[in-house]
Amino acid sequence: MQPILSMEGITKRFPGVIANDGVNFDLRAGEIHALVGENGAGKSTLMNILFGLYQPDEGRIVYKGEELTIDEPNQAIKLGIGMVHQHFKLVPPLTVTENIVLGSEPKSGLKFDRKKALKDVEALSEKYGLLVDPNAKIENISVGMQQRVEILKTLYRGADIIILDEPTAVLTPQEVKELFDILKGLTKQGKSIIFITHKLGEVMEITNRATVMRRGKTIGTVETSETSPTHLAEMMVGRQVLLRVEKEEAKPGKPVLRVDGLSANDDRGLLSVNHVSFEIREGEILGIAGVEGNGQSELLEVLTGLRKPVSGEVYLNEKKITGLTAKEIKNHQVGYVPEDRHKRGLVLDFSVSENTILGIHSRKPFAKGVNLDYKAINNHADHLIEKFDVRTPNNQVHVRNLSGGNQQKIIIARELDTDPVLFIASQPTRGVDIGAIEFIHRQIVDARDNGKAVLLVSAELQEVMSLSDRIAVIYEGEIVDILEAKDATEDKLGLLMAGIKK
Amino acid sequence: MRDIFTMALIYATLRSATPLIITAIGGLISERSGIINIALEGKMLIGAFTAVVVSYYTGNPWFGVLGAIVAGGLMALIHGIVSIKYKANQVVSGTAINILAGGLTVFLLQIIFGVAGTSPQVAKLPSWGRFHPLVYFAILLVFLTHYVIYYTPWGLRLRAVGEHPSAADTVGINVIRMRYIAVVISGMLAGLAGAALSIGGLNVFVKGMTTGRGFIALAAMIFGKWTPIGALGASLLFGFADALQMRLQGIGIPS
Amino acid sequence: MRKEDIQDNIRELLIPIGAIILGLLVGAVIMLAIGANPIEAYKALFIGAFGDMNKFANTLARSTPLIFTGLAVAFAFRCGLFNIGVEGQLYVGALAAAFVGGNLTGLPKIIHLPLTILAGMAAGGLWAAIPGFLKAKRGVHEVINTIMMNFIAYALIGYLVADVLKAPGQTPRTVPILPSATLIRLGELVNWSNSRLSIGFLIGLIACAIIYFVLWKTTIGYEVRSVGLSPLAAEYGGINSNRKIILAMVISGALGGLAGAERVLGFDRALILGFSPGFGFEGIAVALLGRNHPVGVLLGALLFGALSNGGAWMNFTTSVPVDLIVVLQAVIIFFVAADQIIRVIFPKKRKDWGAV
Repeated sequence: MQPILSMEGITKRFPGVIANDGVNFDLRAGEIHALVGENGAGKSTLMNILFGLYQPDEGRIVYKGEELTIDEPNQAIKLGIGMVHQHFKLVPPLTVTENIVLGSEPKSGLKFDRKKALKDVEALSEKYGLLVDPNAKIENISVGMQQRVEILKTLYRGADIIILDEPTAVLTPQEVKELFDILKGLTKQGKSIIFITHKLGEVMEITNRATVMRRGKTIGTVETSETSPTHLAEMMVGRQVLLRVEKEEAKPGKPVLRVDGLSANDDRGLLSVNHVSFEIREGEILGIAGVEGNGQSELLEVLTGLRKPVSGEVYLNEKKITGLTAKEIKNHQVGYVPEDRHKRGLVLDFSVSENTILGIHSRKPFAKGVNLDYKAINNHADHLIEKFDVRTPNNQVHVRNLSGGNQQKIIIARELDTDPVLFIASQPTRGVDIGAIEFIHRQIVDARDNGKAVLLVSAELQEVMSLSDRIAVIYEGEIVDILEAKDATEDKLGLLMAGIKK
Repeated sequence: MRDIFTMALIYATLRSATPLIITAIGGLISERSGIINIALEGKMLIGAFTAVVVSYYTGNPWFGVLGAIVAGGLMALIHGIVSIKYKANQVVSGTAINILAGGLTVFLLQIIFGVAGTSPQVAKLPSWGRFHPLVYFAILLVFLTHYVIYYTPWGLRLRAVGEHPSAADTVGINVIRMRYIAVVISGMLAGLAGAALSIGGLNVFVKGMTTGRGFIALAAMIFGKWTPIGALGASLLFGFADALQMRLQGIGIPS
Repeated sequence: MRKEDIQDNIRELLIPIGAIILGLLVGAVIMLAIGANPIEAYKALFIGAFGDMNKFANTLARSTPLIFTGLAVAFAFRCGLFNIGVEGQLYVGALAAAFVGGNLTGLPKIIHLPLTILAGMAAGGLWAAIPGFLKAKRGVHEVINTIMMNFIAYALIGYLVADVLKAPGQTPRTVPILPSATLIRLGELVNWSNSRLSIGFLIGLIACAIIYFVLWKTTIGYEVRSVGLSPLAAEYGGINSNRKIILAMVISGALGGLAGAERVLGFDRALILGFSPGFGFEGIAVALLGRNHPVGVLLGALLFGALSNGGAWMNFTTSVPVDLIVVLQAVIIFFVAADQIIRVIFPKKRKDWGAV
């Protein structure tokens, strides 16, 4: 079959890195084509080139039989290329209709023709089976609904190719199913879809072909029907993946953390943690599985003093710590690796040294009264750099200049070095290269073996399954079940994560 | 008390509010595009000055008005280039505009007229009925802006650019260009408001004659929740306070 | 200092220096346009600022308030706050100092002077605490708040000095500062100078050292800078951002108040209405020029002091009006703020760690 699009020998260099190195990619009309690879493999760069956000240094793009250059998104849109970004590009106070027609509004004279816009959106919505409320404001509709608006936006502009960047990251299993039905419907109407993901299960389920990228290069393109997840994973990482982490049987001791009927609201004031109870004993890892946005973030914020609970109690070694401040909880020997290291875990424009004392900066030996002892701080930093193998030129470099893996190592080093009784890690390996992942997993298991109680939250089901001793599944703010890790299968957890309890 | 609250007070309120309304609408357009505009004060001052200079040389106050609009727009263009193209902090470049306007007007006052504080008298705008023309224009401007922002594609785009620039960008709206246009319009309006002050209400330029009205207009815009009608209401309120103060001073009650 | 640190510091210096050069060039163009000779004018400017010891002393005197206001802006900025209310804080600081320094009789100097200075600092600090509190507790933008607080300060001082606290005579001013509360001037110490440069300049130098120490050698500074660079990370690190915001505003305001107090106790020896030509706003420029670093602030204050005093001499000896200096200062701010312009005009190599 003649491809509708082919990108040949695409090379894109940024200062210090080659983001795309002679990449080849082609798309057939009416197919769903997965673009897979780890974070930093070069998927986004390739798609940004296709969408006109970057210009390639070398290579050519042939689209509908014609060689062309795409200078800006406007041109890509006109050519019939649409993109649904991972972080939606919707204006919250505007309505669904306004967002869809924005930039190509129907007019009558000088006036914005709201009636025609509404009619167009309704027609489109019906034609492709994407049901939305055209008059609702974006800020009032669900994430899944917002995604439909994004897809409608591309269709309204006459897209023949739709690029979806990690579209399932924010969806519930039910919403994922609906999305897949929509995508299949779109291909039946002749649309071609590029599906960026790193979830191999989804690749197997929905796509016709898959192109694997690693370190800026295309490793290969395979027919999905002729491959397996293991094969794809090997292509992605270049060697056998350690899906199971080597670890001994847990030897849990006395309970360290006890959460009793805890409830909390999210930033909008809606109940997002709903009467949650669980406990963690010393020497065990409790993993929390769930689709992102089901109250995990709020739960951890309450446990670490960053958010006030509505009701319920939290006990640490049978001492009540409910509602204490972040500082007080830290002083109760709680280590916390936050989910967003750039926003929470680090001050990016502080040096490595200064970051290694964040949260413990007023403790001895770093502070004497209000004076900081930089000699002690730098020694501490050097000690952590060595012990945790942080790759940095020296301790004075701003952490902004380090790679994700090294940034994460600094946080984990800082939090583990305080010898916590409870160690909380949220998305500990997100955006981290495979070498650092193994190292971080090792550290988490070692922490457990040293008798710490560990609470692990991760969007990666594999990570939760391979590290945890027990797994709690969270759905819409409730813990729907807690299972022994050895009893947990992907299917079982999947059902629980979708809120289905047998 | 009956002597204080008369129709004359209402007229005075409208006159005092006029520069505030025009400037507040300018500030609103700029903020809606995502550019904080604390330079309204300086642009107003430059406008007031230019109006007098042009009116002085041409003898025609309408050319003065035109000059004020152009001068305010030019100042805004500098503000735009520095803060949009060269990504300077908007508050800093706004502060620089205000300082520049203060210095430049006095500097030019000496170069052009050879005086330090007050310019010579120039031809002022005529009265149309009870008010000078810019009073009517201010009211018209409010409703025009309301229509443009809420009922035209341009207004929809302006709101999108301010609320979520990258969303606007991905649908092919030229965010940079929208911001330049918005900032320049806001500067032109602030310049016009300056003209209302110097050759609308008076017929001279006085050193530092805006006395913080640009900032008051900014407050009026915020007070009016970034809507044209709200800004009108707040400007009238501040204009009323101003008019009342003048009235009270007039009859010897310390304000 | 390591080699990289020295290179970093040189780079930091390049932008302000480039901005000053460009500013002077723009000034020269304007002078040519009005038919003046820029070389003559700049020569006069330099002589006016540094021509003899007395002129140099006067330049330092003009710089003194800018050291404080520059530090005030810089300190708030390190906490992520834009304090454009330093002018108002300076006013209320001057008012408190004028009141305490002019009316509390019978105190020995060793008590009266520190008390008066503290009164000025406390007034400035409290004035700034209000927008700080509104920002911390209500999320109201401090730029708008501090602008409005300036208005209130102008009106308050205008009314009090022209009416309630007015000393007899034509000009609106308060009663003279009592000898027990004055800051000694250079002109009172030596006979070769009549300069009103006061010991306040030395207090300014000490303030620079203290602010440097607080910002980089104490936990308070660590916390303030954390909040300024990353409020969420600071919160995670157990730092109460709201408290730091209020604290930073209070310290900033106290520095602004100190600027007012110095002016009243040392230079003017009374609060004279209109005593500030905009020291608070010049402080914004000084802080920017000094990259929000105390040493940079000191240098920036000296430059602006020299421009103002030299400008007056230039006005006196050439055909160029002194107000050109204000234009020049604004142009310098533009260039510092839009440092990318400087980077385009004076390109330099950037090192990269190769991280993505």
